[in-house]
Order: sequence, then C-alpha cells, then structure tokens
Amino acid sequence: MTTVPTARTATPVSPAPAVRRRRGRFLPYWLLLPGLAWLIVFFVVPMVTLLTTSLQTGDPFNGYSLTWHWANYSDALRAYHSQLIRSFEYAAIATVAALIIAYPLAYAIAFKAGRWKNVLLVLVVAPFFTSFLVRTLAWETILSDNGFVVRMLRDVGLLGAEGRLLATPIAVVCGLTYNFLPFMTLPLYASLEKIDPRLVQAANDLYANPFTAFWKVTWPMSMPGVVGGTLLTFIPAAGDFVNVQFLGAPQQQMIGNVIQSRFLVASDYPVASSLSVVLMFIILVLVVVYIRRAGTEELV
Amino acid sequence: MPEALQDLRLVRLTKRFGTVAAVDDIELTIPGGSFFALLGPSGCGKTTTLRMVAGLEEPTAGAILIGEQDISRHKPYKRPVNTVFQNYALFPHLDVFENVAFGLRRRGVRNVKQQVDEMLELVELSGYGPRKPGQLSGGQQQRVALARALINRPQVLLLDEPLGALDLKLRRQMQLELKRIQVEVGLTFVHVTHDQEEAMTMADSIAVMNAGHIEQLGSPTDLYDNPSTVFVANFLGQSNLVRAAVTGVDGDNLLLNVHGNRVVVPRARSRAEGTEVLLGVRPEKLHLTPVSGDATATANTFTGTVVDTSFIGVSTQYVVRTAWGQEVTAFAQNDGKSALVPPGDEVVLSWHAEHGFCLDASEDVTAGVVIDDEADVRPTAGARS
Repeated sequence: MTTVPTARTATPVSPAPAVRRRRGRFLPYWLLLPGLAWLIVFFVVPMVTLLTTSLQTGDPFNGYSLTWHWANYSDALRAYHSQLIRSFEYAAIATVAALIIAYPLAYAIAFKAGRWKNVLLVLVVAPFFTSFLVRTLAWETILSDNGFVVRMLRDVGLLGAEGRLLATPIAVVCGLTYNFLPFMTLPLYASLEKIDPRLVQAANDLYANPFTAFWKVTWPMSMPGVVGGTLLTFIPAAGDFVNVQFLGAPQQQMIGNVIQSRFLVASDYPVASSLSVVLMFIILVLVVVYIRRAGTEELV
Repeated sequence: MPEALQDLRLVRLTKRFGTVAAVDDIELTIPGGSFFALLGPSGCGKTTTLRMVAGLEEPTAGAILIGEQDISRHKPYKRPVNTVFQNYALFPHLDVFENVAFGLRRRGVRNVKQQVDEMLELVELSGYGPRKPGQLSGGQQQRVALARALINRPQVLLLDEPLGALDLKLRRQMQLELKRIQVEVGLTFVHVTHDQEEAMTMADSIAVMNAGHIEQLGSPTDLYDNPSTVFVANFLGQSNLVRAAVTGVDGDNLLLNVHGNRVVVPRARSRAEGTEVLLGVRPEKLHLTPVSGDATATANTFTGTVVDTSFIGVSTQYVVRTAWGQEVTAFAQNDGKSALVPPGDEVVLSWHAEHGFCLDASEDVTAGVVIDDEADVRPTAGARS
C-alpha cells in the first residue's frame, strides 16, 4: 500500500491511466450485460406478454386482441376460485409437512451425523438424479390400489375395503411434500450447521433445559433456513400441476392444472394468463408479509 | 440470596478420554468468596476440570461438592454455577439486554429490567441494552458475557480463559476490572488461564496444573517465591536451576556444593530428599557485580562471564555463562547505581541465602519452560515481586 503513492508520482503524467480508468468504471456494467439480456428476453418480455394477454378478448379461431378487458380477471376468479384456494391449502399443508419431516433430518445431519454428514447430504439430493415426472410416477405405483401401502392400510383397517389413496387429496399432498422435501432440507441444514454448539451449552449453563434451549436458541437461529425452505417449498407447490395429474383426480385440481388446460387444451389464453397473474400476485404478497413477520432481516 | 458462600470441593475428580486421563484424581478445595485461578499450559486439564464443574463434561470418577451437596451428577441447568465462555458464546440473535436477562427469564425471576440495568451498570455498559452482540467490540462482548453469568449470582462463577481473545492492553485493563467486580459482588470466581501473569494479578490463590494433576497450590507470592516443583519454578516466571550436592547441615541451613562453590539454603526452603538437588534462584534475585569490584559476599556466589546484555528499560537482562558452562539469567534494576556490564566481562553473581530454593534433582530441568507464544508476558515476570 505505502509504495503506491511513490510509484504514481514517479510515472510521468500521460492520458493512458485516465483511459484505463474510464474503461474500468464501465467494466461492471459490461459484465452485467449477459445476465441483463437473459432477463429481458426470458423474464421481462414474457411478463409483458402475459400481462397484455390477460387483458385480451377474442376466440381461438379468430385470434385475440388487446381490448383492456379487465373482466377477464373477475370471470377467471368467479370460475376457478375454488381451485385457487385449494392450491394454497395443499401447498400450505405440504410445506408444513415438509418442515416437520425436514427439520429433524437437517438437525441430525448438522449436529449428529459426524463423518456420515456428506453421505447423508448426497442422499438428500439423490432424488434430483431422476426427473420430477419419473419420481411422481413412482409415487403413483407406490400408492396404487393394489400396491403394498394400500393393501397394508386396508389390512389394518385404516382404509375401508374399497378405500384408496390414489385420486385423493392425501396422495396429492404426499406427492407435493415428497417432491419439494430437498428444497426444505438443504436451507435448514445450511442454517443449522452454522450454529455454534457452544451457544446451546451456554443456554444450558444459564438454566435452560434442552427443550428451552432449542426454542430460545437453536430455533430462532435457524429461522433463515426455515424461511428459505418454506418459500422454496410453498411457491413451487402452489403452482404445481404434475402431482394432481398423476396422483389426484379432477376433484383435486389445483390452479396449475386449470392454467395448463385453459392454455393448452381450450386455447383460452386470456383467462389462463389472468389466472397466472393472480397466482403470481398472491404469492408475492404472501411472501412479503411472511418475510416481514419472520423478521429474517434482523438475523445476523 | 447471600447465605454464607460455600466452598467448592473437588474430590478425587477424574476424567478420562479413552485411555488418556485429562484430569487425574485431583483434590481441591476452593474457599467460598475467593478468586481462584487454575493455571497451566494448554492440555493440562484445567478446562476439562472447569467443564466438569459446569456440568458440560461428565466426570469419569470423583465428586464435585458445593458446601455439602454433591452436584457432580446434576444437569448443567440445575447447577448454581455459571460460566463465562472462552469465546463468550453470546446469543447473536438476542440484544445485550436479552442476553443478560437470559438466565433470569429461565428461572422466572421478577424485576428483570431493574436487575439487568444494575448489572449493565456494574460492567459499565449502561445504555448498550438494545445493541446486538455483533455491534460490540471484543472488550464489550467480554463484559456482556460476564454480566450474563454474574446476574444469576451463582455459588461459583467459572471463567474459561475469559481474556484470551483480547489484545494485551485491553487484557491488562480487564484483569483489574474483573478483580474489582469480584470484590464488589463477593462471589467465588474460578478462573482458568494459561497466562501466569493474569493468574498472579487477579487470584487470591492459584493451583498450577500439569498433565492432569495439580503441581502446587498456594498464593501467588508463595508459588513464586517458594515453588515446590521444577514445573512450577519454570512455568511461573523464570528460574535458574543448577545441579548441586548436599554436603551437610548447619543449624537451619543446608550446605550445598555447586561445582566447587559453597552455597547455603534454608532447610525450610528445600523440597528435595537425598544428596542430589536442584538449586533454584530467580533471575531478579541474582546480583551482578564486576569481578574487579569489591566482592563482599563469601557464600552464595559464582563467577561467570557475561555473554549477553539486553537493555529492556526498567531493567537489564544478563545471560551469564558460569565457570562450568551453564547459562544463567540475571535481571538488574536500572536504578542508576551501577553501569551496564558489557558482554565478555567477568562478573560475580551473588544472592541472599533466603532467596534460594532446592528441588528434587530427579525432575526434568526443562519441565514447564514456556516456549513462547506469549512472549509479551515474560520480561515483566522478574520485575514484579
């Protein structure tokens, strides 16, 4: 550091450093360019298209044109509010279930796994080696009417003789929970792993029994992971349509299925678009409220 | 709360990790209300001992008693003991107020606010309540950690290298601060440290630990002036140790022969059996006079050659090679009465008989020599007693 000023005074004044400095000043923006271009092409443009489409009128045969027809929204909500509400219900239940399953798992990996830590983490990620569709299809087999799960549940009387799991809300929520479990586990693990075990010892030393020490120290300190994991589970789960398609029935249709069929089957682009916008908007509001309430920005 | 403070007693306390005994059958009584230091190099078992008292480590054998009550099987959160952790272990998600209030809240104590405010005042952090630990300096965090433990008025407060993370200047300041607070609150403090100066500054009594057992227990002056093992002689300050043969007894004195020099040591200051002993003299107790000058003393003298002279300021440190080739260290106060002796000069080293001590010659002469990561504390050791 200290040698720099002498070196600079020794160099004769020339235009070269100024040019270099100017180019240097713009360098960060040049580096931004690829990402920016990507975002414009694949985010801003589709977004604008989506918003304008949602305000169009017309029919599949003569095409649609932008008429600022806001009634698309009210029509769509009137027709599909039950699917919308169901989506958030299923997503919420699946998120809570995933949290309940993933928290002890992440806790055990972070604090108790010792040298098995990396093996267990690989196992958590392992499902990603096969595709989402294949995994959901596997669940279809597992929960099928002559699969061992249904037979066992029938044998012990938890299901009636004709009772089934496929095509029920249970199957859909199970599928959602399973599919998004790694998204819950990994952020939880990351924030639990950072907690210094000496803090728990300090809590014990200060009259906190293991249960209180968990609620007053470990849990609040893992909040970034809880918030991250629940968001990563809830958001895709609310928009999911694959699980209903394979594991559910028309009675369990979620908003994702409606959007998909409006778009691809009925070619009703305006309603499909307005439902997408509504879904996005509601998720955005929920996320903002949730992050505010969880107060993660205060966490160190 | 303040019923008479009770003693902390460790009875045949042992902790083994596998086959290694980290703490090996130690017996110790720490009087209620005292400032007690467990001093030793890293790995000597002092922290393990502390953690057993706190309940964070389970003893392999033995008992821990506060007064008459054996707490060695109690859960940590049920012990009247609190700890100031080495790296403070402050809760980063809670502000200073809630950190300090943590113990009170767990016990459902009333008037938390008043007590926390008083405690923050005691550690001179009034007004810092709403801050997060991450916003405080190391010294401030240290004081929060202290307040968080002290507020519970434990029977015993444990301090695990509490000043280790602070820089030298702050550490000196906090040493005095800790001592002041201990006197003010009047609780039993048990302080674990590897820093002999820190232990001597603060503690009423010190137990020097080495390899899982206690080498010597006593007041700082007692340990320094009258070490009972080579380890203590070397670990607390510096010592010159030379081999000597016991030639006889003269009243209360022991007569020694040190490579042909006649030396007298009071019998009360000898811890050795047999005829082979190690004679010890602290560097600042050795007086250095030019050989040409008037050598008044007849007993307790050596001659030697100065090989190194380092001027430190308050004192000068000499390394002198004796006639039989051993190097000894002598500190001379720079009181202006004598000139600096340059290397190469012949000198006479002398000392008062009551400043010598004798140790068991079978011990390793280098035991407890600090090979030095804490260079800062060494040179002052001689100047202090």
